[in-house]
Amino acid sequence: MAYSEKVIDHYENPRNVGSFDKNDPSIATGMVGAPACGDVMKLQLKIDDKGIISDAKFKTYGCGSAIASSSLVTEWVKGKSIEEAQALSNTEIAEELALPPVKIHCSILAEDAIKAAIEDYKSKSSN
Amino acid sequence: MRYFDLFDLPVQFDVDLLTLQDRFRSIQKQVHPDKFANGSDQQKLLAVQQASEVNDAYETLKSPLNRAEYMVAEHGHDVKHEQETIKDGAFLMQQMELREELEDLESSNDPEQALDVFYSDIKKLIKLYTDEFNVNFDKQEYKLAAMSVKKLRFIYKLKSEAEALEDKLLDY
Repeated sequence: MAYSEKVIDHYENPRNVGSFDKNDPSIATGMVGAPACGDVMKLQLKIDDKGIISDAKFKTYGCGSAIASSSLVTEWVKGKSIEEAQALSNTEIAEELALPPVKIHCSILAEDAIKAAIEDYKSKSSN
Repeated sequence: MRYFDLFDLPVQFDVDLLTLQDRFRSIQKQVHPDKFANGSDQQKLLAVQQASEVNDAYETLKSPLNRAEYMVAEHGHDVKHEQETIKDGAFLMQQMELREELEDLESSNDPEQALDVFYSDIKKLIKLYTDEFNVNFDKQEYKLAAMSVKKLRFIYKLKSEAEALEDKLLDY
C-alpha cells in the first residue's frame, strides 16, 4: 500500500514527539488503543488557564498512518480552545493525510486521543 | 461452515494441535485441487474454493489469537474490524511502558538476557488474558470475552515486535 506524501512527511519528520509530566495540573493526557491492529497512542495537551492549548506532544506505537495522524493533530490543536479541539473530527484528519479506507481507524484513534485528553483535563480541573 | 465442526473439534479454546494438524491433512487430501485435474471446470473451481476455505479454517484455529477472535466473532463480536478505540487507561499505560522498555532494551548491557526477562513478562500477560477470555467465554459473557481478545491483540503485537528485535540482535 502506498502512503501519501503527507503521511510520509509526518512519519519521517514527526512533529512534537515526546512526553510532558502527566502529574502537572496543566497537562492533560489521553491514552487510546486500536483493538484491530494493536496500535497505542498517547496524546498530551498543555492547557493554559484560559482553556487554550499552548503545546502538545505525542507518543505513538503503530503504523505510519497512526504516527502521521497523531503528529498532525499535535500541530492542529496548538493555539485552539478546548471546544475547538474537541470539534476536530477523524474525517478532517483522514482527508488531510489522504488515508485509504483501511487506515481510517488511525484517524479515529487520533480523534479519540484528543477527546480522551480533554476528558482527563476536565476531570483534573473539577477536582 | 463452522471451523470447529470441520475438524470435528469441540468449540473451546484449548485445542490439541496435533489432532488439528492430522485432521487438516486428511481433509486437505480429499479436497486437493490436483484430485480434480481431469474434472470439469466447475469441479476444479469448487475444489479450489474448498481447499482455500479449509486452509483458512486451519490457520484460524492453529493460532491462539485468531482462534479466540473467531470464537467471539461467532457470537457477534467482530474484533478484527473493530473501529471503536479502547480507553482502558491502566491497561494502555502498561502497554505504552512495555513498548518503551522494549525500545530501551537494545541499548542495555545484556540485551539478550533483558529480552528473556521481557519474554517471560509477555508470557504472563498472555496467560492472564487468555485465562480471563476462557472464564468469560464459559460464562457466555461474550462482550467481556471480546475485550480480553482485544487486549491479547496488543500483547501479541508486542510479542512479534520483541521477536523482530531478537532477529536483529542475533544478526550481528
